[in-house]
Amino acid sequence: MTTKSGDARNLSRRQMLSALAATPALGFIGRPALAASAANTTGLAVTDSEVTVGILHSVTGTMAISETGSVEAEKLAIEQINSIGGVLGRKIKFVQEDGASDWPTFAEKAKKLLVNDKCAAVFGCWTSASRKAVLPVFEQYNGMLYCPTFYEGLEQSKNVIYTGQEATQQIIAGLNWVTKQKGAKSFYLLGSDYIWPRTSNKIARKHIENVLKTKVVGEEYFPLGHTQFNSVINKIKLTKPDVIYAIIVGGSNVAFYKQLKAAGIDLSKQTLLTISVTEDEIDGIGGENIAGAYACMKYFQSLDNANNKGFVSAFQKKWGDKTVIGDVTQAAYLGPWLWKLTVEKAGSFDIDKVAAASPGVEFKGAPEGYVRIHENHHLWSKTRVGRARADGQYEVIYETAELVQPDPFPKGYQ
Amino acid sequence: MLGDYSLSDLGSIFVMQGFAGLILFSVFLLMALGLAIIFGQMGVINMAHGEFMILGAYMTYLTSKLFETYLPALFPGYFFVAMIVAFLAAALLGAMVEWALISRLYKRPLDTMLATWGLSLILQQLYRSIFGAREVGVELPPWMLGSWQITSTIEVPINGMFVMALTAVITAGVALLIYKSRLGRQVRAVVQNRVMAGAVGIDTQKVDRATFALGCGIAGIAGSAFTMVGSTGPTAGQLYIVDSFLVVVFGGAQSLIGTIASAFTISQSRSTLEFFTSGSMAQVATLIGVVVILMLRPQGLFATKVRR
Repeated sequence: MTTKSGDARNLSRRQMLSALAATPALGFIGRPALAASAANTTGLAVTDSEVTVGILHSVTGTMAISETGSVEAEKLAIEQINSIGGVLGRKIKFVQEDGASDWPTFAEKAKKLLVNDKCAAVFGCWTSASRKAVLPVFEQYNGMLYCPTFYEGLEQSKNVIYTGQEATQQIIAGLNWVTKQKGAKSFYLLGSDYIWPRTSNKIARKHIENVLKTKVVGEEYFPLGHTQFNSVINKIKLTKPDVIYAIIVGGSNVAFYKQLKAAGIDLSKQTLLTISVTEDEIDGIGGENIAGAYACMKYFQSLDNANNKGFVSAFQKKWGDKTVIGDVTQAAYLGPWLWKLTVEKAGSFDIDKVAAASPGVEFKGAPEGYVRIHENHHLWSKTRVGRARADGQYEVIYETAELVQPDPFPKGYQ
Repeated sequence: MLGDYSLSDLGSIFVMQGFAGLILFSVFLLMALGLAIIFGQMGVINMAHGEFMILGAYMTYLTSKLFETYLPALFPGYFFVAMIVAFLAAALLGAMVEWALISRLYKRPLDTMLATWGLSLILQQLYRSIFGAREVGVELPPWMLGSWQITSTIEVPINGMFVMALTAVITAGVALLIYKSRLGRQVRAVVQNRVMAGAVGIDTQKVDRATFALGCGIAGIAGSAFTMVGSTGPTAGQLYIVDSFLVVVFGGAQSLIGTIASAFTISQSRSTLEFFTSGSMAQVATLIGVVVILMLRPQGLFATKVRR
């Protein structure tokens, strides 16, 4: 791959030189808006007609279940961008690597994409662990990463654009809503035992106790992959919280909701608010097991706007009409588009220029409506609450009036 | 934490918590039984045990889809057919694996471990290629959902009761098979002294194959039953493997009674601790307890004397 793309670059440079020698001829044959040498001063894989980007997700291993949707969304976005003329007049070509659900593999593949393939941007990562593994690579070799997952915050880098929500964006609006609409006074916090649920519940607890002045009656964590929830369900029955606040992930999710239903907790009467169940997860849980639960995130497949209708139909046309689209899949779709808009704003593929031009870039065609990149490289976005239906979709019942500002290092919540 | 609640509340929670413990006990026993047969009777460490369970789960999924499409009238009863299909599929695969892999490695136990671990990776990727990386939702007949209301405050999950009954039946079946049947006698003879068993005319190869297939088949049934309480995905088998080994090793590898006692001890302590502390802490405390007891009693709770 190295030699190949290297050749291509040399070739283009040679072509460039000969083209420059024959400048008057250029007017006749047409040319890209900007010559490759001008739009790319740092040796990225950019020619006059093509630009190479990377896709780095797990398509094998445990995480494949979650990351497949992101890969599909990114490929769709790239295809659509190419069909309207590409980026700065260049078609996007992608190199896909498999992180194999293994964090060192992610780091190695990231290095390959940056050093060998000279990718102008990489769309990838899902778990915080994989993002933290590739972060030093992107900073050392100066690459650009677009990462789609909602996450715990406490991170910011020149080399990363976070297209998912950070924790405060997702949590605070949801807690405010449930307090106002449901008159909730007591909360039971649940989570899988790793950084995202723990940090998120910490933020939730601070907000509940210090801002809303209500109380947390229980907080509990389970090892990843835990499958038996009967004891905690009994505790919930005993403490009778107004709201069960659940951040359980992966296979545990399925066990939790099935057992909750089997234990006779009726989600149409007991309020349950989650930030970890997208339409993707409902596929495995079964709509009838989770119907009535509330989820708080920025995107639901059922969002009623023209952008989203076009997105959903294009997605299902490409990947099958049974495919569901969750929050992260939509965020992954934003990546290539935001990159295109930023590159065209900067007039250059150079990483430093793209990073500097990012703040303020707005994407009006986003399926979630409208997004804008903040100075801290996260996105301004609306937060929404949806109610799960038995058919596996969410019915959107609330959205914040304004875009919520991303705040990866929230004061008073750490 | 209990001071603020009324006596009747506490009473019903106590009963429900007792049921939670019993359900956990059934789940543990069911997932460990297949392994107890394979590991206990044959000494084979089958790292692919979880994947055999998931095969059963996928068979249940397929059966449910078939019934939904072709025999919607019989859908409420599909689960019983699904369990038989799951047993047959897992047993068949088990017999094939025994023939292709395990039978060549009986004298090299560590290599068996590596080989079956490799097998588990192959099976996971196979499931992913066939059924997709996403988890599949297995639809249950309506009568299996919900809970059984005993009093106004006591509710017991129906699927939990179903798992309990199933475990009782299968455990009894296995006990009968091992201690009363001709095959069981042959299995025990081979375990105690392979050479002598061969000398008196027992086809040890055939017995090995049957034992392995039986163990895998039971894993298949367990997997089928767990579609009610857990997830069905390519890697879901990994969720069960550690607990299964824990139960078998703690109980003493060769003893069925040991497996039952160990499943009971571990499930009760975990479910009680989980109620009074939290999920992660209960797991840690239980593991520490098991480690300490195994240090004092390395052969497990109940160990039969075996001539090697």
